[in-house]
Amino acid sequence: MAKKVHVTTTVNGDDYEYLAEPGQTLVDVLRNNLELTGTKEGCSTGDCGACSVILDGELVCSCLVLAAETDGKSVETIEGMADGDNLHPLQRNFLDLNGLQCGICTPGFLIAAKALLERNPDPTETEARFWLAGNLCRCTGYDKIVRSVMAAAEEMRGA
Amino acid sequence: MTELRYEAPESLDGAVTLLSGGGGGKILAGGTDVLVQLHTEMIEPDVIVDIKNIPELKRLSEDGGAWTVGAAVSGMNIIDNDAFQTAWPGVCEGVALIGSIQVKGRASIGGNLCNASPAADSVPAIIAAGAIANIVGPGGSREEPVENIVTGPGQTSLAQGELIVSFSFPAKQANSGDCYLRLTPRTEMDIAIVGAGVNLTLDDDGTCIAARISIGAVAPTPLLVEDAANALIGTKVNDAALDAMVEAVRAACNPISDKRGTREYRIKTAGVIARRAALKALERAQAN
Ligand SMILES: Cc1cc2nc3c(=O)[nH]c(=O)nc-3n(C[C@@H](O)[C@@H](O)[C@H](O)COP(=O)(O)OP(=O)(O)OC[C@H]3O[C@@H](n4cnc5c(N)ncnc54)[C@H](O)[C@@H]3O)c2cc1C
Ligand code: FES
Ligand code: FES
Repeated sequence: MAKKVHVTTTVNGDDYEYLAEPGQTLVDVLRNNLELTGTKEGCSTGDCGACSVILDGELVCSCLVLAAETDGKSVETIEGMADGDNLHPLQRNFLDLNGLQCGICTPGFLIAAKALLERNPDPTETEARFWLAGNLCRCTGYDKIVRSVMAAAEEMRGA
Repeated sequence: MTELRYEAPESLDGAVTLLSGGGGGKILAGGTDVLVQLHTEMIEPDVIVDIKNIPELKRLSEDGGAWTVGAAVSGMNIIDNDAFQTAWPGVCEGVALIGSIQVKGRASIGGNLCNASPAADSVPAIIAAGAIANIVGPGGSREEPVENIVTGPGQTSLAQGELIVSFSFPAKQANSGDCYLRLTPRTEMDIAIVGAGVNLTLDDDGTCIAARISIGAVAPTPLLVEDAANALIGTKVNDAALDAMVEAVRAACNPISDKRGTREYRIKTAGVIARRAALKALERAQAN
């Protein structure tokens, strides 16, 4: 057996302590050890963005991060986005404006869009499209996703 | 099956000791190449040596105009540094082209260089900037111009146990400017057909007194093309000089043909992209 790595981390503000295989990715631990299955794994090679999470404030692909690397760090996933029953404005606008169809890409888009709006509350559509270029969607054609993000941004600026 | 281990040393000595301990050690920076290679079993190391907890690797600092960029600093941290952006816009253009925001949140220039892909986007820009790699290893420390690091696809001149600690960028001269441009089939998330980094310095009369031109994706390694630079030095970077520079760039190309472009197309467009990058670098040099 390979020597496991002891990891202490917070996920969505909650403390977690677990043992990870040295080569185990963060997305694998989130889904299979911590049972936080909102984060999706599409490609495992950094191309699709379905596994997007925020690691110490930085938007990353959790398939390209070893769980061992997150020791002492904080992770934000889709499960932390709504405030109890109150959906985040991004989530609500995705629902209202049909920003999703099958939904497999949606957690990744929501997390990526959240990271964008935290950094730039007033992006142009072009800026939003470039920021989201690391997230693939095979259903929507992107337009409704971008509209949902722009609408949520506007709503959040007004709030 | 080997027993994979994960280690995150907090000092350079610790890293060198782990890496020199009898083969099988793999350096992990942002992991955007390493994790993909692990998943696809292209590599099967005994120990992964995560270098991101070593302070020297994460430093981004300026001293009298000269910048030191830790080899493991993430792309986002580099392009978010306004002062570095002002000093080296061309280097930042190269870094900004490395994959998505998610990828740049992890990817480092040390990794982009040492993965040794001929098409690595930050590398021609860093070579054009005249950056020096600061290396440590079992034999102590040494310095090497960045153009001497990559020796072939996936191959570097680093010895067993060596790692790059940081890159030293020279203080930017007055009236100088740099630029990196690439050509890809898509506007985002694609691999360069050709990339060109140009760094120029002018005198007060607008005559070019120094130039470095580096091209990527058109040979087994990124190239520093001295003949192309010499075609600009001593000129006002007029059309005749640019034509001579373009010819020198094309003469240096030795590309493959693949689905992104044929050999002929790459050689032709290498000249076009180098010319555009030179004009942008010139504009920046005139504005400084
Ligand atoms: C979806 C996707 C899109 C991409 N698009 C682009 C693109 O458009 N352009 C582009 O140029 N690249 C692209 N890349 C590749 C790019 O992310 C990597 O080349 C990255 O820059 C490597 O840096 P890293 O810190 O992630 O390195 P790692 O993956 O950690 O390491 C890469 C290699 O360098 C070695 N290494 C790392 N640091 C050091 C050091 N300090 N000293 C010695 N050896 C070291 C490692 O052992 C490994 O062999 C893409 C990657 C992905 C996943
Ligand atoms: S699963 Fe991580 S980017 Fe596709
Ligand atoms: S909604 Fe199906 S992939 Fe995006």
